[in-house]
Amino acid sequence: MITAKIFEKLGVKAIWVVAILLALAIAVPMSNLLLPVGHPLRVPNYLVPLMGQYLTYATLALALDLVWGYCGILSLGHGAFFALGGYAMGMYLMRQIGTRGVYSNAVLPDFMVFLGWRELPWYWQGFDMFWFAAIMMAFVPGLLAFIFGWFAFRSRVTGVYLSIITQALTYALMLAFFRNDMGFGGNNGLTDFRDILGAPIPAATTRASLFAASAILLALCFILCSLIVRSKLGKVMVAVRDAESRTRFIGYRVENVKLFAFTVSAVMAGLAGALYVPQVGIINPGEFAPANSIEVVIWTAVGGRGTLVGPIIGAIVVNAAKSYFTGTFADLWLFILGGMFVFVTLFMPKGIVGIFTSTWSALQQRRASASAEKGVDTEPPTPPAQKPQPRQSNDAPDGAKPSPAE
Amino acid sequence: MVDTLRDGSLLYLDGVSVTFDGFRALNSLSLVVQRDELQAIIGPNGAGKTTMMDIITGKTRPDTGEVFFEGGIDLTKKDETEIANLGIGRKFQKPTVFGSHTVWDNIELSLKKPRGVFASWFYTRDSADTDRITAILDTVRLTHRKHEFAANLSHGQKQWLEIGMLLAQDPKLLLVDEPVAGMTDSETEETSKLLKEISKHHSVVVVEHDMSFVRDLDCRVTCLAEGAVLAQGSLEHVSSDPLVIERYLGR
Repeated sequence: MITAKIFEKLGVKAIWVVAILLALAIAVPMSNLLLPVGHPLRVPNYLVPLMGQYLTYATLALALDLVWGYCGILSLGHGAFFALGGYAMGMYLMRQIGTRGVYSNAVLPDFMVFLGWRELPWYWQGFDMFWFAAIMMAFVPGLLAFIFGWFAFRSRVTGVYLSIITQALTYALMLAFFRNDMGFGGNNGLTDFRDILGAPIPAATTRASLFAASAILLALCFILCSLIVRSKLGKVMVAVRDAESRTRFIGYRVENVKLFAFTVSAVMAGLAGALYVPQVGIINPGEFAPANSIEVVIWTAVGGRGTLVGPIIGAIVVNAAKSYFTGTFADLWLFILGGMFVFVTLFMPKGIVGIFTSTWSALQQRRASASAEKGVDTEPPTPPAQKPQPRQSNDAPDGAKPSPAE
Repeated sequence: MVDTLRDGSLLYLDGVSVTFDGFRALNSLSLVVQRDELQAIIGPNGAGKTTMMDIITGKTRPDTGEVFFEGGIDLTKKDETEIANLGIGRKFQKPTVFGSHTVWDNIELSLKKPRGVFASWFYTRDSADTDRITAILDTVRLTHRKHEFAANLSHGQKQWLEIGMLLAQDPKLLLVDEPVAGMTDSETEETSKLLKEISKHHSVVVVEHDMSFVRDLDCRVTCLAEGAVLAQGSLEHVSSDPLVIERYLGR
């Protein structure tokens, strides 16, 4: 009874996606850990953290899509929330090193000893406890998004102007984190991690668990986004995207809707960043680079914004291409990435997912007209007056496409 | 005397002026709308009709003057959302509907319900809401297109959908800006019937250029020009006013 209700709220598609992600969370670690080396079905060791990274990127793209694709807020600073979550995880991992650091200081991380610091700054307190760090991974990005959104949305900053401010936000954070006296390791960031929750990070089992955690996080975020997007709140968000002032004149508090979406999105981005860090082994101010945030926008656009599956596909496809091309034609990658964005914007405005849905509905229509032509089908032929059949697919009419930066 | 007029009225504007970059859009405008009254506003382009609606709905703040709703509520201190929730609905000059939502969803979103973020998230439609939406779709004659995306409607149908959205809000005062622009004659006729029907239980202010439509409405007419009231009364009275003929009808 209750499960049936939840299924109905989520929709069939979401259940499929979640099922696939959970299957991955089980199958990939099992294949990596249980099958013998050299087995054709075994996921090689190097691929496990790489795929885990892709899944955290997919979560980040999903988070961006919730605000951009559904609410019309083009954030060019989502990398900042990802990086903040990553730093929170990094701080926890630094505190786990303990006396195994170069300077064997039980409390201070190496870079603090190197800088001649005597004691731990107040904002590093508590990060030796995982539960505290875990709260901070969500709380810090969420709080920043809330404060930022509170001012930006209340003063009705929209469109390009908002995008520029978000870009400035991540740039300012990058400059701040580069400074040594901020206490976050400056230029080098945080690295040389040893343990997470008592398990050695380089171990195959830890890597497999981190992969599974990334898949589960993505599944949970997908469920949350589905519940939001399919509710009346999700419809209000799309209404804000399409006609903001109309929504206001109907009586909705547009700034609150945006603030909610932005904060939820930032929390998801932060958690994704937190899982990203132990899998790559380092977090440094480069993660705040504006170019990173713009890349997230490209993933989402390539996959198909305004759909929940799109950003996941986009993040995985673009990053798999990146891994391949930076290995073979390293110099060309940025041109390929730029070309991809131009191509998608011009020829595939609804992204990869859009291609599939429009091909699907075209096939459906062809099949329907073919069976109507035969005239032997069981259903009575529809009178021409009813011909413009309701388009119940996800194919939004052209006039309703969210335009960039609007 | 003035105060009793204000207290008994639904909407009360007194001496409202507003200037944009030196252009005086409203020049000490005073206007009263009674409860359950249908009132038409006519006037040449630039007379301040739309600016007046902007001021009532909180989009623009007046430089001077008083705007009161239901006698005591000062609208100049409220924003668009608060004013909408007080019970003032507005239809724009250019039909503005949510294009990527279905006709049904457009009405459902407008339905008078708690507007908060979490109230919207956990909202489930009960049978009373379904009945209400069905009834509104019937009234605005869009039942056969309820699953269509609003962007695919014809211009006239969009106008009707927007009126339906206003009905769903169940406001005390409806401000309707050029409802019949782009409509065929029979649609125009239907619209005037609909508005007259609505005005039995709501106050309606209609801004319109179409004189035969205004004649159909058969209500009190106010003619604005250069941001102030030029003449007021029945259509016959207003259209025979020499000033109105000179500034508006004679052109």
